[in-house]
Amino acid sequence: MKYQSQSVAKLYFIAAIALFAAQILFGLIMGLQYVVGDFLFPEIPFNVARMVHTNTLIVWMLMAFMGAAYYLIPEEAETELFAPWLATLMFWIFLVAAGLTVAGYLLVPYATLAELTMNELWPTMGREFLEQPTITKLGIVIVALAFLFNIGMTILKGRKTVVNLVMLLGLVGLAVFFLFAFYNPTNLVMDKFFWWWTVHLWVEGVWELILGAILAFVLIKTTGVDREVIEKWLYIIIAMTLITGIIGTGHHFFWIGTPEYWQWWGSIFSAMEPIPFFMMTVFAFNMVNKRRREHPNKVAILWALGTAVMAFLGAGVWGFLHTLSPVNYYTHGTQITAAHGHMAFYGAYVMINLTIISYAMPLLRGRNAANPPKSQIMEMWSFWLMTVSMVFITLFLTGAGILQSYLQRMGENPQSFMAVQDQIALFYWLREIAGVVFLIGLVLYIASFFVGQSDPEAVAAD
Amino acid sequence: MAEAFTKSMARNIFYGGSAFFFLLFLALTFDTMGQLPNRDNRAALEGELGPVIAQGKALWENNDCIGCHTLLGEGAYFAPELGNVYKRFGNSTDAIKGFILSRPKDGIPGRRSMPQFNFNDEELTAIAEFLKYVSEINTAGWPPNIQG
Repeated sequence: MKYQSQSVAKLYFIAAIALFAAQILFGLIMGLQYVVGDFLFPEIPFNVARMVHTNTLIVWMLMAFMGAAYYLIPEEAETELFAPWLATLMFWIFLVAAGLTVAGYLLVPYATLAELTMNELWPTMGREFLEQPTITKLGIVIVALAFLFNIGMTILKGRKTVVNLVMLLGLVGLAVFFLFAFYNPTNLVMDKFFWWWTVHLWVEGVWELILGAILAFVLIKTTGVDREVIEKWLYIIIAMTLITGIIGTGHHFFWIGTPEYWQWWGSIFSAMEPIPFFMMTVFAFNMVNKRRREHPNKVAILWALGTAVMAFLGAGVWGFLHTLSPVNYYTHGTQITAAHGHMAFYGAYVMINLTIISYAMPLLRGRNAANPPKSQIMEMWSFWLMTVSMVFITLFLTGAGILQSYLQRMGENPQSFMAVQDQIALFYWLREIAGVVFLIGLVLYIASFFVGQSDPEAVAAD
Repeated sequence: MAEAFTKSMARNIFYGGSAFFFLLFLALTFDTMGQLPNRDNRAALEGELGPVIAQGKALWENNDCIGCHTLLGEGAYFAPELGNVYKRFGNSTDAIKGFILSRPKDGIPGRRSMPQFNFNDEELTAIAEFLKYVSEINTAGWPPNIQG
């Protein structure tokens, strides 16, 4: 840590990890409800568990992105953060707002929450991933504006690097496209069409800029490869991301009432969306192979390489699997979508956040470069347990999805949704077991922050 | 990468490419908005049942129905697709109302069950009319069959 004000990132990272734990616990509850339908019913119905699962995910992604920004932007700009107190204040506002929202989901029926927060004044609730009360959404906008102001001013007064500009561009895009969350017409087709401007243009658009910037930063720091080389890669990767990903939004416009030509635009462009992810894999391995130094934080490099591989598999390969419209006709809204969603989110966004946390946390906690070997080894175990179990979660859901598509939509005698669900229960059980392994990995991950802390820190073997 | 390919070339591809394809996306969006009136069943929204359908959509949202069901294939995958439920239930809003009304308060032992929302008749009608409106959107032939 080179600048005192970077330390504000620590708060964000700790909260992110706590929310991550909540996300996984509720994921396991939902996984069990898939096979034991009345588990926790009616106290925590599936939809409530799902809101907590997805909303804690979104909030911890945002927390970690902000933490990453507060860490890397001052370092890249070679100056203190413009207003550290504002970053701390916004942290607490964001955390309290998120906590109250999740408590609202769990403590009162959703319709009551809508009433309490006066949703009828400006209805935005009850849409997938955007379930937050309107007042929470406004809070997110305020936090985002203060955050952008803070990092924007820091960049203005400091050195302008490509990493910082791409990071800022990604974060500004995140804030801008979130504004579509406030548009909710009665016309369902219009509602869905612009809902995707938030959801798709986040995860298959501007978030990838954030991902790329964080990855580039960590690779610059850990490999010692010339910044010019890494920045060139970064530009070309994010160029391919937006060139394919913006029109790629069309793969959501196949069956929601939009014109048929989207089947062409969406299929062709989204079929190219794996390209930037593949380039990212090549990039990360190339940089590590060409490293000019041995960085003692081995586990951070493991996370960085893991991100590059798993993002390609989850977002790239599993996305391609069902993105062509003739395939999507049968798989749309099945467990295939769930399979892709899990591995893509884990591979791209969970892992990049764990990469920057893994790189920055030892420094934020006062180490020179890295955690002691014992702590790193435990974190590596958590890497493999979480990553391998996520591969299995994805494979089991894919199996479930293929059978579901066939039995419900393709066979001689298409069967009803619930009849099909009963027949594929085995896959849901296996997914739940893999989920428990993921939880064990997460427990080890959290434990790695506490083990061997009095040992001397790892040094590079030169 | 080859030395001939410089960072500023990469930067220009990024800015130029992103701007071009975003503008193309806007153009396609503009065209889509022009075509939607013939596809999105807005006649129903503008008809006399319009306010009822709007109330139905509000109830759909305020009870987070999307947290279990899919609607035109989007949502959660825990419960059946409802974009075509009106047709699956024999083109009957009464069948939809009856189903929602009949859900046991404490669920079904060992099985998934929809909660009992205690809607009154007006609310049930609104939800059913909303689902009827959705079923009449032109979705390019999706879902493949009546099972959704």
